[in-house]
Amino acid sequence: MLAYSIRRLIALIPVLIGMSLIVFGIIRAIPGDPALAILGQKATPEALKQLRHALGLDKPWYTQYFSFITDLLKGDFGTSLRTHAAIRQEIWPHLAATIELSVLAMLIAVVVGVNLGILSAWKQNSVIDVASMVIALVGVSMPVFWLGLMAQWIFSIKLGWLPSIGRENIRDPVTAITNFYIIDTLLAGRIDQFWEIIRHLILPSLALATIPMAIIARMTRSSMLEVLRSDYIRTARAKGQKMFWVVYKHALKNAFIPVLTVIGLQTGLLLGGAILTETIFGWPGIGSYIYDAIQYRDYPVIQSGILLVAFIFVIINLIIDLLYAAFDPRIKYK
Amino acid sequence: MSTFFYIILNIANSIDNNLNFLYNTPISEFKEINARAKKGGAILSEPILKVQNLKTVFFTDDGQVPAVDGIDFYINEGEILGIVGESGCGKSVTSLSVMGLVSEPGKIVDGKIHFNGEDITHAPERKMRTLRGNEIAMIFQEPMTSLNPVFTIGDQLTEAIRIHRKISKKQAKDRATELLQLAGLPRPKALLDNYPHQLSGGMRQRVMIAMAMACDPKVLIADEPTTALDVTIQKQILNLMKKLNRETGTAIVLITHDLGVVAQMCERVIVMYAGKIVEEGAVRDIFNHPSHPYTKGLLASVPDLRRQTSRLYSIPGNVPKPGSITEGCLFYPRCQEAMAICAQKRPGLVDLKNGHRVRCFLHGEVEEA
Repeated sequence: MLAYSIRRLIALIPVLIGMSLIVFGIIRAIPGDPALAILGQKATPEALKQLRHALGLDKPWYTQYFSFITDLLKGDFGTSLRTHAAIRQEIWPHLAATIELSVLAMLIAVVVGVNLGILSAWKQNSVIDVASMVIALVGVSMPVFWLGLMAQWIFSIKLGWLPSIGRENIRDPVTAITNFYIIDTLLAGRIDQFWEIIRHLILPSLALATIPMAIIARMTRSSMLEVLRSDYIRTARAKGQKMFWVVYKHALKNAFIPVLTVIGLQTGLLLGGAILTETIFGWPGIGSYIYDAIQYRDYPVIQSGILLVAFIFVIINLIIDLLYAAFDPRIKYK
Repeated sequence: MSTFFYIILNIANSIDNNLNFLYNTPISEFKEINARAKKGGAILSEPILKVQNLKTVFFTDDGQVPAVDGIDFYINEGEILGIVGESGCGKSVTSLSVMGLVSEPGKIVDGKIHFNGEDITHAPERKMRTLRGNEIAMIFQEPMTSLNPVFTIGDQLTEAIRIHRKISKKQAKDRATELLQLAGLPRPKALLDNYPHQLSGGMRQRVMIAMAMACDPKVLIADEPTTALDVTIQKQILNLMKKLNRETGTAIVLITHDLGVVAQMCERVIVMYAGKIVEEGAVRDIFNHPSHPYTKGLLASVPDLRRQTSRLYSIPGNVPKPGSITEGCLFYPRCQEAMAICAQKRPGLVDLKNGHRVRCFLHGEVEEA
């Protein structure tokens, strides 16, 4: 298992090199110019040339790529062209904000999705089954921006129950320690602030959870339907086991592997692709960070940001692969 | 070439098998069966399991399919009853009906099932759960897929025990070890931590038997327990079941399509065809005086090494789809001794002697009620 994990980690190196090349290439292929973005349309050609030289953008692409990679290997993500701050320090709070939101969203998606799927498979063709699958279908087809806006309109504007935007109360900002605000507020012993953070998390995490929840529910249902017909389920029932345990113990553990795959993919997508949700809810996450960087053609930020997200994505996939073995003893990694 | 070898091997196996069961062992077996039948008959009164006029129908999109169509049987404590028939004759649905495990769209529409004097036909699920695995246990045809692949043998065995017995995990584990030993499995303690895929088919069926015996059931329903196994393993498993029957007094309903198995194991046998009982009686009566053309056909299909034949006998045609024959005897289209009446009327069960009954107009013009 350990040897397998190490081999898989080594195999990540070419993947990441490939990723870095693609990202590097694409951002230079898109029209636009960082110098122009910084100085504006009225900048003189001389000023632009000077700035390009200062930013190192006049060097050949392979020199730029090489210095990007060597810096990265030293743990240096470079400096933002726009803010001139070290990206390594700038990126973490954004990443933490995204992780906090995604983990909560995924938790909701897994708990609700898996249970909906189980219930509809268990009570196949019943009202519960039809209802959960309608919920899942609606969830999958609803655009997240519309869902987010509706949620804001109902729960913030009409009912006034929850804040519509942001990660914290701006009049009472959280003192960042880990940058996971749930943890930070607890560390500071600020229960009132902790609840404020939770209130800010509810709407965006629900909006973000909807699509994965629906996909997980459908996958769980089809996987469970297949498993519930197997001989060993009949054996478990013939033992006199309660149907609840037959379903939640005997069937679920067998049905979980395809669900696990979906959970892994969706978690990866949430971490990298929550841009829409983050924009609507003014969430200072990695998605909106990279989005802003793209607006300003902030090459180093885009490169590092996307590469970081890609890295997290492949690591999650590796973890999921290793988790398979925990669910099915027939899967062995050597 | 490989197909050729496979066929040769199969024939050899089948000959070996039936030779073993029918011609090497039967004399002593039959003596024993006779002795036990006499002994049993004198002692026992109320059957432990009694099924009357059981009808189980599957409500499909293509209409109602009567998989089990009004069958009656009983089994006494400590007895081994054989139920024989081709695939699709309703053997398995009968056993699942008794267990209360017929799944949608199947339903018991008529009849009574009495266990230990109590009517359990439509007993609530809660009541059935206390019986399943405890008083009535079941083993299945497919040992390869009947155990849950993601739990250890120990998990599955102790679960079977702890559902019905309020004992600690440690005690359950000890009992599980004991059961595996009883089932003739080597190094039972180590086996507890194994997963099903690490065991052979024969070992898995032994585990299934151990699991079924976990709570000393009064009745064990074995649905083709040896069909998926090699002949040698088959013999071992049957011997094990017989041993358990003798030692624990568990009555066994042995469902099979193999008459050799019936000859070796059972005292009484029921022959089923298309959801109905066509003949029943003591094994010796059925084997010595088969009365229904179907039973005769089944016996004739057993290969005989003493005769030189180039082809094995087989009953022409296939088992009809349940509900497809609406008039006359269900076996009529395949029957070698069919008469005019067989096409028009449906025969009822005729009593011959000593509980030997047959559903055939050859033995009297009794119509089905």
